[in-house]
Order: sequence, then C-alpha cells, then structure tokens
Amino acid sequence: MIAHSVKRRRHADLNSFSARTQAVFHLVLGLFSLLCVIPFIFVVIISFTSEESIRQIGYSFVPQSFSVQAYEYVFDLGDALWRSYFNSFYITILGTVLSVIICVLYAYPLFRKDFKYRNFFNYMSFITMIFGGGLVPTFVICKSVLGLSDNYAALIVPLLFNPFNIIVMRTFFQTSVPMELIEAATIDGSGEYSTLVRIVVPIVKPGIATVALLNALAFWNEWFLSLLYLNKNMDIMPLQYLLMRMQRNADFLAKNSSIIGVDAALAARELPSQSLKMALVVFIVLPIACAYPFFQRYVVAGLTVGSVKG
Amino acid sequence: MKAAPRHASMGLSRRKKNLWLLTMVAPGAIWLLLLRYLPMFGVVIAFKKYRAFKPNTFWNNIVKSEWVGLDNFAFLKSPDTAVMIRNTLLYNITWILLGLFIAVAFAIMMSELRNRFAAKAYQTMMFFPYFLSWVVASYFVLAFLDPTSGMIPAIQKSMGLKATNFYHDVTWWPLILTICNRWKYTGYASVLYLAAITGIDSTQYEAAAVDGATKWQQIWHVTLPNIRTMIIILLIMDVGKIFNADFGLFYNVPQNSGSLYPVTQVIDTYVYRAYANTHNMGMSSAAGLLQSVVGCLCIIGTNAIVRKIDPDSTLF
Repeated sequence: MIAHSVKRRRHADLNSFSARTQAVFHLVLGLFSLLCVIPFIFVVIISFTSEESIRQIGYSFVPQSFSVQAYEYVFDLGDALWRSYFNSFYITILGTVLSVIICVLYAYPLFRKDFKYRNFFNYMSFITMIFGGGLVPTFVICKSVLGLSDNYAALIVPLLFNPFNIIVMRTFFQTSVPMELIEAATIDGSGEYSTLVRIVVPIVKPGIATVALLNALAFWNEWFLSLLYLNKNMDIMPLQYLLMRMQRNADFLAKNSSIIGVDAALAARELPSQSLKMALVVFIVLPIACAYPFFQRYVVAGLTVGSVKG
Repeated sequence: MKAAPRHASMGLSRRKKNLWLLTMVAPGAIWLLLLRYLPMFGVVIAFKKYRAFKPNTFWNNIVKSEWVGLDNFAFLKSPDTAVMIRNTLLYNITWILLGLFIAVAFAIMMSELRNRFAAKAYQTMMFFPYFLSWVVASYFVLAFLDPTSGMIPAIQKSMGLKATNFYHDVTWWPLILTICNRWKYTGYASVLYLAAITGIDSTQYEAAAVDGATKWQQIWHVTLPNIRTMIIILLIMDVGKIFNADFGLFYNVPQNSGSLYPVTQVIDTYVYRAYANTHNMGMSSAAGLLQSVVGCLCIIGTNAIVRKIDPDSTLF
C-alpha cells in the first residue's frame, strides 16, 4: 500500500517539470516576450517625448517631459501624410480582395481530384517556389513589358499571387470539404462556379480569412515594390515607403550639415523632428497592433498548415 | 433518377467540367506566366550586353544585344563578391542553427508550462514582431542606436564615455543583425514547433512515465523524435534559401550605410545596388541567375539526401 502511493507520487512528478524548472521556463520565455514588444513601447514613449527632452538626454524610457507636439505636427503635415495613409489602405484593401479571389480560384481546382490538369497547375505554382528569374529580369519585364511603373498596379500586381498561400488554401479545401458534397452538387445540376461559391466557400471561411490576413499583412508592410517601381509619381506612395524615405532624407541632412554649414543644421532641426518620425511609426503599427489579437489565431493556423504541408 | 439520362453525355460533361475549372485557374496561371515564367526567359540578359536599340522595346533590345558569353560573370573575381557570399552564407548558417535550437527549446518550454494563460500570452507577444516590416524595425533599432539621440549612445555620453557611432562601426553589426533576425522570427518558428508538439499523442508520455522516464528523458525520447520530420522539412526549406538573404533586414536596418557594407552586404543587396547604382543589367542579372540556380540545386540536393535517410520527411 505504502509502496503503491510512493509510486503514484513519483508518477505525478514524471508528468511535469518541478516548480523550479517551471520558474526558469517562465523567466526565459517572459524575458524574450518582453524583448519582442519593448521596442514598440519605446517608440510610443519617444513619440510622446518633448523635443527638449530628446535634445537633453536623448531617447529614454523615462523622458524629462512629455508632449503631444509630434502628433500636432503629424496633423500639420497634412496632405502628404494622409495621402500615403490613404494609399496604404487603398492598396491593402484592393490587393487583398483581388489576391484572395485569385487564390481561391486557383487552389480550388487543385483540390479537385477529378480535374484533368491538376498536376500541371500544381507544378506550375510549386516550381516558382524553388526557382525564379531573379530580381532584375523580373523588374525589367514588369516595368517595360507589363507597364508596371509609377502606378497603383505596380504596387499591387506583383503581390497578387503567392504559391505558399495556394498550398494553405488547398490544404483547407482538402481537410474540410468532402468530395461527395461536390459530386452531389454536380448531380443536382449545380454549375462549377455556383458549387464553389454557394457550397464550398461557406465551408472554408476560416481558410479564406487566413489567406486574406496573410495577404493584407503583405500589402500593408510592402515597401520594396515602391522602392523598385516608384520614380516620379510620389502621390501614390504608401506609408511604409514614406517612412523609409524620411529616414534617408533626414540622414542626408545630418551627414552633410558640416559641409553646408550651421544654417542647414538649424534647418534640419525644423524638418520632421525625431519624435515626429516615431509618431509615424506608431501610425503604421497601430492598425496591426489593434487587429492583432483578433487575427493572430487565423494567421497561426494558416502558417502552421502551410509550412507542414508545403 | 436524374443522373441516368446524363450518363450518355458523360464525356462531354467531363470536358465541360475541365473547361470550367480551367477558367478558374486562368487568372493565377496568367499571372504566373507573365510575372514568373516570362522573367525566366529574361535571364538571357545575363549572357548579353544589354543596351537600348531602336525601337526601344524590351524584346527588341534583347534580340539585338550581342552575346558576350560569360563576361557578365566576371564580377565573381572581385573581392567584394567573396565578402558578400561569405556574409550571406555565414549569417544564414548561424541563423538556421541558432533559430532551430531556440525555436525548439521555446516550443518545448511553452508546451510544458502548467499555466496555460501565461503560455498563450508569451506566444502572442513573441509572434508580434513577425507582423512588422523591416522599415518599422529599422526605426526600432534607430531608437536604440541613433548617433545623436539613440538610447545607447545617450547613456554612453551621460556616463562620460565616447558614444559609439553604430552606423559607421562594423563591430557590433553581426550581433545586431542576429538579434534582429531572431527577434522577428522566433515567435513564428516556435509556434510551428509548438503546434507539432501539441499534436503528439499523450499516451506516449504516459507510457514513458510508467517506464520511469524522467521529464527530460521524455523530451529526448518522445518529443524530439515526434517533431523530427518537421525539423527536417523546415531545415530543407531553410537550406534551400541559404543563398537568399532577407533584403529588408540588410538594407533597411543598417540604414543603407556604406561603411557597414563589409558586414552587411549580401547577395540580394549586392544585386539590387548593382542595378540601382550602375544600371548594369547584365551583371546584376548574372548574379541573380547564379543565386537562383545555386539555391535550386541546394533544395534538390538536401531533398535527395533526406530521401536517402528518411523517405517520409521529403519535401517533394
């Protein structure tokens, strides 16, 4: 009897780590988690720091004084900022809608075992994951053959299709849509498109949400396409690229202030101030930070599915 | 039954069905043809001295430009090339190994936490950086390193020390880039492994416990073997991308600072800069082509090796 209970107790110990080990786990994971969010919190603090405090003690978690000056500046900046904020939203919404439609339409026949050219189109998409023409040929063809230059299309079209998302979507079809359902619909005389829209799409809503979120994030965070394709028409520049250029311009002034003279340094001080730049970063991260707790679940699901099956 | 009379026209309806399905894949297929397959033919630029002719259209220029053989690959002999290849490979190898270790360790720790709420909170916080762009991250880094007001130089000054000019001093960049890389991707990678670990049948642990295996032994003999396939798949994908660098990280985070090139120049930034600064299409195409070919060979190679060792874990 005694031996039995001793064995039971030991058994319980074998099922989870000791309290001390658990504490170490909490410490390691907790510290790293903090490290992940602290830079953003720091930037928020800087955006509310007065210019005076920045000049005195630099960026600090505990500034001498706070100020909303940066945000007042942001509103003074007016057109340029709101225009690029609008551009970011416009590109993200339009791009997401189009890319989700293309993704669902491409992935659905790949899931249909009775589709004759299934393998062909599967490989057509997969091959591009392991081989590509490289940056420059792609860029030149997009620009001079397809006319993707200084227009919204240049910031949307190159991201419309993603083989990884096709795999994610196809897996969602495979795991949640039974073939019998489609066969039954076909026997009932339902056309291919109406089967897809009326029967299949409602079932794979979580998959569509996942792909939509992955796409929306890709469009929202996009700056490389602007770097490549925007040369003259800066009216369509998204917020990410505005932020990137702002850094470069301020740096340019800082680097050359000794050559141009003190006046330029003074002028540089009048230009977008330090806290203003950080306020813009807050503006760009805020939509993500707000939506994040809601979409995290879907994105995790999608990424897990895609990487395991991919 | 409705289906019976249709039986006769099965062949026709099948052809019709395939046609309808073809119209569905059409938008994606056209996109792939124009934006992925057409550029693959564009790689002939790598073997030509591309320049403008009349009429100045892309195809006309390509056809009329003269062949130069492997002249565009002459950049391989320059010392810059050795540096960028070394950087790309060293960073990637370090990050693959470090990333694997950290992600697996974190996933195991998270799965073993008894406080599920805390585990969820850690996961949420760690995943956050994955959703931010490198442009945003570059401002985060700037907040700490900016030469005039960044936190670290400011602290150095307040202590009477000489402030480090981070954007002109190569010393710290291998470490900074490594931290940035792990900061952004650890949450993602550990969530992938966590999903695999949660999927393990709990009876395996119970059986091990009955046999007297300690928790550490269970991790070694139950958890790790169960996620082996996943580790191998993710490794294949990483090794396949070993010649590709994270352009945004290497371009934005060091602020495109020229004095940092010795430790921040990688193949991707080299190709971009070669084109952006000199418009040397032949040479940048050649570098890009080489990168694609070697990367492709790497994937096929690792996949073949894995097929020999463990056929169930192959990618294709």
